[in-house]
Amino acid sequence: MSAATAAGTSMRLGPQPGEVLDRSAPLEFTWNGRPRTGLAGDTIVSALAASGERVFSRSFKYHRPRGVLSASFLDPGCTVQVGDEPNVRGAHRRLEAGIAVSSQNTWPSLRFDVKAANQVVGRFLTAGFYYKTFIKPQRLWPSYQKVLARFATGGRVGRDAPHGYYDKRYAHADVIVAGGGPAGMAAAVAAAEAGARVILVEEEYELGGHLRWGGAGELAALAALREAVAGQPGIEVLVDAAVTGRYDDNWVAILERSVPGVEERLVKARTAALVAAPGLVERPYVFAGNDLPGVMLGTAARRLVNLYAVRPGHRAVVFTANAEGDAAAADLDRVGVEVARVVDARAGETVRRAAGGRGLGAVVLGDGTRVDCDLLVTSTGWTAPTSLLNMAGDRPVYAPEAARFVPGDGVHGSVLAAGGLAGDGTLDELLEHARAVGAAAAVARAGQGPGQGAAVPRLPVRPHPALFRSTTHGMVDFSEDVSSKDVVAAAREGYDSSELVKRFTTATMGPSQGKLETVNTVAVLAEAVGSTIAELGTTVWRPPYVPISLGALAGRVFEPVRYSPMQPWHEAHGARPLVAGQWIRPDSYGDPAAEVRNVRANVGLIDVTPLGKLDLRGPDVPKLLNLLYVNKWSKLDVGSVRYGVMCAEDGVVMDDGVTGHLDDDRYLMTTTSSGAATVWELVENWLQTEHPDWRVHVTPVTTAYASINVAGPKSRELLGRVAEGVDLSPEAFPYMRVRLSTVGPTASCGASASPGS
Amino acid sequence: MILIPCPHCGPRNSSEFAYVGERRPRPDPNATTPAEWRAYLYEKRNPAGLAVERHTVTNEVRRAEPAGGNP
Repeated sequence: MSAATAAGTSMRLGPQPGEVLDRSAPLEFTWNGRPRTGLAGDTIVSALAASGERVFSRSFKYHRPRGVLSASFLDPGCTVQVGDEPNVRGAHRRLEAGIAVSSQNTWPSLRFDVKAANQVVGRFLTAGFYYKTFIKPQRLWPSYQKVLARFATGGRVGRDAPHGYYDKRYAHADVIVAGGGPAGMAAAVAAAEAGARVILVEEEYELGGHLRWGGAGELAALAALREAVAGQPGIEVLVDAAVTGRYDDNWVAILERSVPGVEERLVKARTAALVAAPGLVERPYVFAGNDLPGVMLGTAARRLVNLYAVRPGHRAVVFTANAEGDAAAADLDRVGVEVARVVDARAGETVRRAAGGRGLGAVVLGDGTRVDCDLLVTSTGWTAPTSLLNMAGDRPVYAPEAARFVPGDGVHGSVLAAGGLAGDGTLDELLEHARAVGAAAAVARAGQGPGQGAAVPRLPVRPHPALFRSTTHGMVDFSEDVSSKDVVAAAREGYDSSELVKRFTTATMGPSQGKLETVNTVAVLAEAVGSTIAELGTTVWRPPYVPISLGALAGRVFEPVRYSPMQPWHEAHGARPLVAGQWIRPDSYGDPAAEVRNVRANVGLIDVTPLGKLDLRGPDVPKLLNLLYVNKWSKLDVGSVRYGVMCAEDGVVMDDGVTGHLDDDRYLMTTTSSGAATVWELVENWLQTEHPDWRVHVTPVTTAYASINVAGPKSRELLGRVAEGVDLSPEAFPYMRVRLSTVGPTASCGASASPGS
Repeated sequence: MILIPCPHCGPRNSSEFAYVGERRPRPDPNATTPAEWRAYLYEKRNPAGLAVERHTVTNEVRRAEPAGGNP
């Protein structure tokens, strides 16, 4: 008998207590061109699963059909193309009306994939295949590349895809809590109660973590925690966001994915204390057929049922080693999925392999019993995503009794761990611990130093069966199509450390970045080389914790365009713009030759506002000028102007310009347009480091004053008409002199006469 | 990004400081020899260990504090 699900059958359940759906808001979209309907609140994959789909992609190397594994952002089988956007995490991204969703890595179609022939030749595609095969002759490298590129994963970026808009933000927090589950929420509330400004960062669209897909007790606890968070104005909540990295002195990067009008926003935050509360990631079990659509984790089944009211299958086998698996079995039973068999790992029972074609058809148990089913749920252990602690210098240690890694002792007082990452306990125990962590984090804010606050007791870890691989071989890394056989083969070739195996097989290097597969990889390797997980250790977790688009890293383009105040006049008179660095200045007004002739015969003006200008004040300005320019400046009378060349210490000319002595202790220096910033920095450098005793104050005034160059035989006549109260006769205002005057009603003006005047 | 304690305004991002170079005594330009001046310009000590560097504060704060007095 086959319990396979026919695509098109509705798998939507009746209303569930914790569902995030708006049943009054159906959303139309397309899947590989065919119309589908989901509900507001659905993810792309939950909507597709509700409509009866169970295959969402083909795997990276062997093009095996893939379905739901974790039903979360990490889910390696749920990467889809949405319109022009490739590599969308379909089990995370919320459904929107009208989107065109298609499967990636399939040709010609998801149902019939030519490249699945790789499965047949799979024995040639073992670890290191590409390293070994496509090496000689070198002249064929371009051809190899073309063929291989056609087989590589990834979606398509349309040539006409609109340019995305990205942004950056700077934030200053006392406490940043990475993870908005129960522990993160409790820590945030405790820190805020102690007066700290808190940023609470949650990867999903709402706070709550695993409480969201729990029973009545969990939902009640969740409501109370959400109310407590909302009651603290000192907590800023960022949802659909993730702390992607922790750097020196708690410089923390946060990626926000749901800011209106922006594709992604990168927050650069400095925080006194960072609380890592990412929860635990459920670990897949390694056995033959463990990647068949229909084989999923306990959390995935519970998320589908409780958050999205989706029936994960019709007839289920549940392989459980912990409370999560037991709860999954109870959830399935409650919503009418036939639970054909509960396989209890704590009683020594196990699953040997899963069978099926395009989806799961049957499970063979450890004792050889074959059970027909279309759903196999495994809850066999947890992985602690210790990334942020790693980045803070901690080396997690393996706790064999709990079969997972726990924080080491390398974390100092400004980086703390809460929740499942820190240890085990009842919900109340975890919340109490998290509150203590939050209070300790707030103390770090108060500058009392690491470890000076109330000591947070370590959470114990509870015993958990150590389950990594069955008696058969299966997928270790679902993203990269690395099987346990590949890891064993790599070990045989001498790649006997976790870092070497990672690089040789590419296990943990795919989009899930090790969160699902790293411990299994190490466990299989340990078995193959006769070592232990504790001895081998994991690979180092490096930033980013979640993928960041290059656009978010680049951010907005901060290149100001500068105009002189005369720009409107230039535009009104048909000026051809000339781009000069950041400045736009007029080149000519239509007939450059006529303009030149007019300068020669009469008078002409050039807008030279971009010229650098520094206002220098103080009694020691002549000393500074002597230092900066190569010529002597001590005897420059008030009202005089001098030209000077600036050299760097090695004697190379770096800038030039004229400086005028306007008043007793007041000078105006001009520089070239492009050298304005450099000269200012040079002046500041001399004054700050070599001559802090000199009484000179420097103000850059390039953008504060417009500049006009007046040239031609009638310059004096023109100036005389506009400048008030200044004698501009050649006797009173000779060559290289400067006068202050007023032009028009308000503007002040410095005028200097140049050669030929 | 590391924080650098500024004597005037407390801890600031390292990006707010401009690296000037290894801190060395500057010979009096009016009394020095070309050889001395060349050594001052180009011969960096570059020690494998603790080095004193000059950093100036960009834009906002216009004072620098010598580490142990100006050489």
